[in-house]
Amino acid sequence: MKNRIGQRAISSLISLFGLVILVFFLSRLTGDPSALFLPVDASESMRENFRELHGLNDPLLVQFGHYVGDLLRGDFGDSLRRARPALDVVLEAFVWTLQLAAITMTLVTIAAIVVGSIAAFKVGSLFDRAASLLSLIGASAPDFWIAIVAIVVFSLQLGWLPTSGTGTVWHWVLPITILFLRPFGLILQVVRGSMLTALGSAYVKTARAKGVKNNRLIFVHTLRNAMLPVITVIGDQAAALLNGAVIVETIFGFPGVGKLMIDAILQRDFNVILAAIMVTALAIFIMNLLIDLAYAILDPRIRT
Amino acid sequence: MTDHLLEVRNLSVRFHTAQGFVNAVNDVSWHLDRGETLAILGESGSGKSVSSSAIMNLIDCPPGEITSGEILFDGQDLLQLDNEARRALNGKRIAMIFQDPMSHFNPVYTVGWQIEETVTAHGRPAAQARARALELVKRVGIPDPEGALNKYPHEFSGGQRQRLMIAMALALKPDILIADEPTTALDVTVQAEVLTLLHELQDETGMGLVLITHDLGVVADVADRLVVMEKGCIVETGRPHDIYHNAQHPYTRKLIAAAPGKGVMRQPDPSAAPILCVQGLQKSYGTFHALSGVTFDVRRGETLAVVGESGSGKSTIARLVLRLESSSGGKALWKGEDLLTKTPKEMSKVRREIQMVFQDPTQSLNPKMTVFQIISEAWAIHRDVLPKDKWRARVEELLDQVGLEAGHAERYPHQFSGGQRQRIAIARALALEPELIICDEAVSALDVSIQAQVIELLGKLRDDLGIAFIFIAHDLPVVRDFADRVLVMKSGEIVEDGSVEQIFEAPRKPYTKRLLAAGLDPDPAVQKQRRDARLAL
Amino acid sequence: MSEHVAATVRPHRKTVFGRFISMLWADKFAFFATTFLLLVVLCALIGPSLLEDVAGKQNLRARNAPPFVLDRGWVYFLGGDALGRPLFARIVVAAQNTMMVAAGAVALSITIGATLGLIAGYLGRWPSEIIMRFADVIMSFPSLLLAVIVLYILEPSVGNLIIVLAITRIPIYLRTTRAEVLEVRERMFVQAAQVMGASSGRIIFRHILPMIFPTLVTIATLDFAFVMLAESALSFLGIGIQPPEITWGLMVSQGRQYLTSAWWLAFWPGLIIILTTMSLNLLSSWMRTALDPTQRWRLEIGGKSND
Repeated sequence: MKNRIGQRAISSLISLFGLVILVFFLSRLTGDPSALFLPVDASESMRENFRELHGLNDPLLVQFGHYVGDLLRGDFGDSLRRARPALDVVLEAFVWTLQLAAITMTLVTIAAIVVGSIAAFKVGSLFDRAASLLSLIGASAPDFWIAIVAIVVFSLQLGWLPTSGTGTVWHWVLPITILFLRPFGLILQVVRGSMLTALGSAYVKTARAKGVKNNRLIFVHTLRNAMLPVITVIGDQAAALLNGAVIVETIFGFPGVGKLMIDAILQRDFNVILAAIMVTALAIFIMNLLIDLAYAILDPRIRT
Repeated sequence: MTDHLLEVRNLSVRFHTAQGFVNAVNDVSWHLDRGETLAILGESGSGKSVSSSAIMNLIDCPPGEITSGEILFDGQDLLQLDNEARRALNGKRIAMIFQDPMSHFNPVYTVGWQIEETVTAHGRPAAQARARALELVKRVGIPDPEGALNKYPHEFSGGQRQRLMIAMALALKPDILIADEPTTALDVTVQAEVLTLLHELQDETGMGLVLITHDLGVVADVADRLVVMEKGCIVETGRPHDIYHNAQHPYTRKLIAAAPGKGVMRQPDPSAAPILCVQGLQKSYGTFHALSGVTFDVRRGETLAVVGESGSGKSTIARLVLRLESSSGGKALWKGEDLLTKTPKEMSKVRREIQMVFQDPTQSLNPKMTVFQIISEAWAIHRDVLPKDKWRARVEELLDQVGLEAGHAERYPHQFSGGQRQRIAIARALALEPELIICDEAVSALDVSIQAQVIELLGKLRDDLGIAFIFIAHDLPVVRDFADRVLVMKSGEIVEDGSVEQIFEAPRKPYTKRLLAAGLDPDPAVQKQRRDARLAL
Repeated sequence: MSEHVAATVRPHRKTVFGRFISMLWADKFAFFATTFLLLVVLCALIGPSLLEDVAGKQNLRARNAPPFVLDRGWVYFLGGDALGRPLFARIVVAAQNTMMVAAGAVALSITIGATLGLIAGYLGRWPSEIIMRFADVIMSFPSLLLAVIVLYILEPSVGNLIIVLAITRIPIYLRTTRAEVLEVRERMFVQAAQVMGASSGRIIFRHILPMIFPTLVTIATLDFAFVMLAESALSFLGIGIQPPEITWGLMVSQGRQYLTSAWWLAFWPGLIIILTTMSLNLLSSWMRTALDPTQRWRLEIGGKSND
């Protein structure tokens, strides 16, 4: 197990480094970097100043050295728009996103496991078919469209829920509901399939031959086995939420990392973009470790 | 009212499949008395396991459906009871063990937990369960019983897992134990030990034992009474001894006749020149030595059997010689040239002369290719063997040679039975007219009657075409009938090497003796003697 | 010889096709999903040449015209947009860009991903390690964000959009292909081919690829829906396709500001998106059954009862 985590750490470091290279060369080789960092209407002298100041006239390798050195010290530079360290701006937004993702994923996980298990146990029943339909809609729905339709219906027509912001509990209802749909649909399908496989396996036959009760059969014998493939999908979906709530955050004016990135892109605030990428990549790395750990707790075969 | 412990009366079960309803068993009746061992013998598809699944309430409905019959236990018809009442009997009064204990244990819980569960599932306190589990694990002979309780199923060997499975089933001292092919996946020596254990436990507890098997040897070893099944029907019942010597039904007679190990033994021809000389062949995976310095010859037209239990390295020899894996040392001289150092291009030429037949024909034939494509692929790879316009005629000729019809060429592998598929695999091996065919457990996945036919086919090809064979097998009676010479292997080394007659009639090494003694004879009288002799050994 | 082969092969093909139709009919949802998808593809192929002019013509009197009114002709059946252009015609025309981006991205990612996956699965350890790390780098990025950043640096054209979306999807095919190759190459029929002396190319193309193809097609169908959603989302955010080109996502985006006064502007294109992605999902789950020999009987039973 230690080996596995070590391997994961090394490969993640390599991946992070790959990301650093990718971002660096994308920003330096696809044209004049000052065009990326400065507003569109900046004058030529401003640009020249900027290049001097940030060493953009140095050889590429020297620049890369500075760049990596800065990153290692956690220095992402200042946000060009907010005159604060880019990392602070990002971390502030990240806390919001983390809350949103954590609440959503907790709800999704519980709902998908409960509904998926029951659907698998009553395969072919009305409940099963309704669950499949629900998961199909959830997995196919364009979130931006559902979001604006929901705003029209629940906020504008019925006036039940606020349209944007984070002030009260009610502000969280729509974003969480919209974010809930797709992971719920996807995970539900995996839970159902995985439970079906587990219910048909030989050890369930043994347990039945031992006289184990049905509830125990489902929740003790099969669920733990069925969780193994599910965990991977939960991890993928959580990773997507951690930094991919772009659409929902934008539409509902939620001050998370996704909205921050879109704003930063529109405002050409490159340091913030870079810091956001690194922070989320790190978060994903930590989450993958947790997934590995969960896997090891559930499956004794990979512990050795 | 019945005075039998368990009685199955006129049971019929059918399953809903793509081809409509299939009757799994038809009007099956049998009974079991206290302290008795009943064997249910049948080949795959005979429905031998279905009545036990019905007893244990393990038939899923749908697709299964019990159309008629009753199962009497304790004066009650089990089929009339509700699920909760059936559950209360399972494990407590009637228990079951299965083939392949690895997949029948839950992989994510310790074996101790799983044995205790049998006890707690029927309302006993946990402390009592723990003590009982320890007692059981000790009884079935697992080393370090206390430590074993906290280990997971994957941490045990196959034989140990089956012992633990037995311990789990017997936790509540059931009246009946149903054992479904309990020793099929095990090595012969382990099989003998497990059967002995079952026998002892039966003597201790007086339980009735239902043993489902395809193996006449297992029947001869333990059964008091025998039920023979074919295609869902019982064709014969009686005492094993009577049935063996005086079978009434033609199917039973065919099964008994097909049991290997009774033919005339062949004599090797010492004048033939060696074509393959293996010298000091080695293979290691890290620090584990799968093969440590093996040396032997194969002579032209000769059949050399390589026998041994799992992990003996016998299949590794085939894989190394054919370069499916790289060796760690040694030589394999084919007509004087070392196969192990050849470039892939040089090797490609030699591959025409050495072919292989694999264990499981279901897996060794590409399911997406027709029989014609499978056989003719050899000529597509080796372009100079046969011009394309002759392919079809030659495929038909080969199919005829292995006992299939020319019309089969356009079909896909899944449209054939297991025995037919192995014939296709043999036809493919013959396509390049090899001088040596390596058979890796080529008949061990087949039913006994099919096995006999395939062996007969291989023997005919050997006589007609003068092909040499390396025949890798764990099944000694088959080897006795088919081989000229035998290599006995254990832990990556050759233990003994000699003619069939010498190995089977006068084994020199203790391991060979033990291996032979563990083999089961289909004749109950003979097996009784062998058993006594083995226990004395 | 060639005549002989043709004669034996053709009737076989026909029965396969016929069998698939009856298996499709056995699953009514999948049948209607396929019909709907064929319709969408038809729109994408010939829609623009028929309706391009109509879709671009502004008509001030039809600004935000409500749906289900046939006075202005059938193209206004779904209403008109903010510039009075008929929504129905615009949806039909937008099908081409939407489909082209999704199809292009899926085709590109499946080609690159499957090739790299074959290499990673079949060749030795080092190529495999490098390729997998490459996949990790892409995977550690959510696809939408990667697209946002690349499109921020590059110019958002149809071609760039296809490339960006393709890059984000490569790891899916790469990992699946590699995992399947690792499994299939250990199968005995591959070893049997090796024993016969088959070359690596032959083993890959004749033995391994046909085995993993059904899985890839099933994933590609599902992925098509995903890519479509991603493209729509990018266009919705304003960094995907730029006007005057149109896609369904862009239409939703353009209709967003009229939500309270003219809901249909954003509603119809969104509905078409959801119907298309749902159809793709249904088709994919049908394929999972139909292409799996051990599951296929479920559909064949259903098919028979309809004969």
